[in-house]
Amino acid sequence: MTYQGSRGAPWGWAVSLWCLSVVGILLGSAVGSTGFESWRAAWQDDTLRQIVWDIRLPRSLGAWVAGALLGLAGALAQGLFRNPLADPYLLGSASGASLGVAIAMALFGVHPFATEFLVRLGLTGAAFVGAVLAVLLTLVLARGVQHTLRLLLAGVIVGVVLGAVASLITLMRPDVLQGMQGFLLGSTSFIDGSSCVLMLGVLLACLVMAMALSRVLDALSLGESTALSLGLPLLPVRVVLVCVLALATGTAVAQTGLVAFVGLAAPHVVRSLGKTRHHWLVLLSALMGGVLLLAADLLARLLMSPQEMPVGVLTAVLGGGYLLWLMYRSQSMRSAP
Amino acid sequence: MTAPQMALCVRDVQVSLAGHEVLHGIDLSFVAGRWTSIVGPNGAGKSTLLKALAGLLSYTGRIFLFDQELMAMDRQQRAQQLSWLGQNEPASDDLRVWDVVMLGRMPHQDWLAVPTAHDNAVVETALQATQAWDWRERSLGQLSGGERQRVLLARAMAVQAQVMLMDEPLANLDPPHQVDWLEQVRCLTSQNTTVISVLHEVGMALHADDLVVMQAGRIVHQGACSDTQTHRAVEAVFDERLAIHGLDGQWVAVPKL
Repeated sequence: MTYQGSRGAPWGWAVSLWCLSVVGILLGSAVGSTGFESWRAAWQDDTLRQIVWDIRLPRSLGAWVAGALLGLAGALAQGLFRNPLADPYLLGSASGASLGVAIAMALFGVHPFATEFLVRLGLTGAAFVGAVLAVLLTLVLARGVQHTLRLLLAGVIVGVVLGAVASLITLMRPDVLQGMQGFLLGSTSFIDGSSCVLMLGVLLACLVMAMALSRVLDALSLGESTALSLGLPLLPVRVVLVCVLALATGTAVAQTGLVAFVGLAAPHVVRSLGKTRHHWLVLLSALMGGVLLLAADLLARLLMSPQEMPVGVLTAVLGGGYLLWLMYRSQSMRSAP
Repeated sequence: MTAPQMALCVRDVQVSLAGHEVLHGIDLSFVAGRWTSIVGPNGAGKSTLLKALAGLLSYTGRIFLFDQELMAMDRQQRAQQLSWLGQNEPASDDLRVWDVVMLGRMPHQDWLAVPTAHDNAVVETALQATQAWDWRERSLGQLSGGERQRVLLARAMAVQAQVMLMDEPLANLDPPHQVDWLEQVRCLTSQNTTVISVLHEVGMALHADDLVVMQAGRIVHQGACSDTQTHRAVEAVFDERLAIHGLDGQWVAVPKL
């Protein structure tokens, strides 16, 4: 029997993350402004059941799916641009998505967390268009993806400028200001059943595409020339993956606003668990992103209970801390002999 | 007697990088089953020529791989016949050695296919040949520069292409593994693989069958490594600062002080 490369480990992680996700979603459904309530009580009480079924469950599930979309987008961005610091926020895609939402709101006067499915779909579409345009703008400014530093700088510039434009639009339309405020902070409190369905559909489509094209990301990790020499159609695959990246980011941003750092942190946590090919990395990063955002959402709801804080604030603080620790660790590793 | 088969033919090839012409009208032929080393001073255009041969750069003129025009070939077919080992490519630290070498089988695999028993066997052979088998479970980031280079060499060998292009394959290798590499190349050419390498170390390059001497984007000389005219051409492009001598049936380059 010849050696076939080790298997098993990624399966184990996938199953563990699945279990964590299910437990997290159940826990999220049981936690509310009135404190812990058991599921059994909910089945006996109609109002409680409605709260669990119509509000808490969609919200918890939605937090998980949004996190999964961001984790997937982060893994794609890091593989595609061969940069461990790439995430949906770099490349300006998240800012572009929020600008798209702001413009749609200003034009049509809709609330960012409106519940009608069509409105949700429209906002998601606007966010997707904004995200794609922002990525394209970044790529044009950076003159392609070859130069990583230029790409990072262009992404930061695009992000800041588009963010400023979004703020300007919000300022000019005071009626959408309050809704936009919550949106910019990032919040899961307005996710409902229809946005869950929408996000789940997009997540499935994006996962299938990403996993089908993951071989190219593996080859790209050996450098562009090697990937080309292996006979891969780099340009079309890159275009498709940028679209998948923008779709995942745009969909998540349109439902939850700007939730920072989940996309950056999820692939890093997965890689620290073990090295896998991108096939597994994109799947595990999505699961990990879901678990991370769900955990952050639970924390955000519990920390100042019965009040809650926007989950984006929490992920910004936790994610920023994680990034600092990562930076410190890589520095101390480099200075070590 | 029939004329020897040509693995690669270059006809009047010009390459410009960033609007600046780097290669001027190159004409060259590489006989199949031989090892050719490209030498020349820094900036002579050696790596650019190798990249053009691999179809990684756009060029004017024509390059033929076994009588087929390189740029007109099917992408996957070309990848099966031509293997490439680059210089200082920024490889990510996260892939495992086994997976890295398996990437070399990609030109032979269907898009979503799982590796076959043959793929596994080829990868194992390549890892054994470069003595990288023991690290198959490690990730690239856990290896030293030389160990990494041996894994990347195994990756290039796993393609099992008829033509192998290698840019500075000896970078970071210690002397025993440099000798191993020489033996592997000899083994490859004995199986009728054509090897073309860029080597900055003239002493190692002289172990090849043929030498291509470049200077300022032009071919100055092409000839057998045992030919004294080749030796004079090498000495000339390096400003007569080195001398080539015979020693125990090998050619060595020593600095001229």
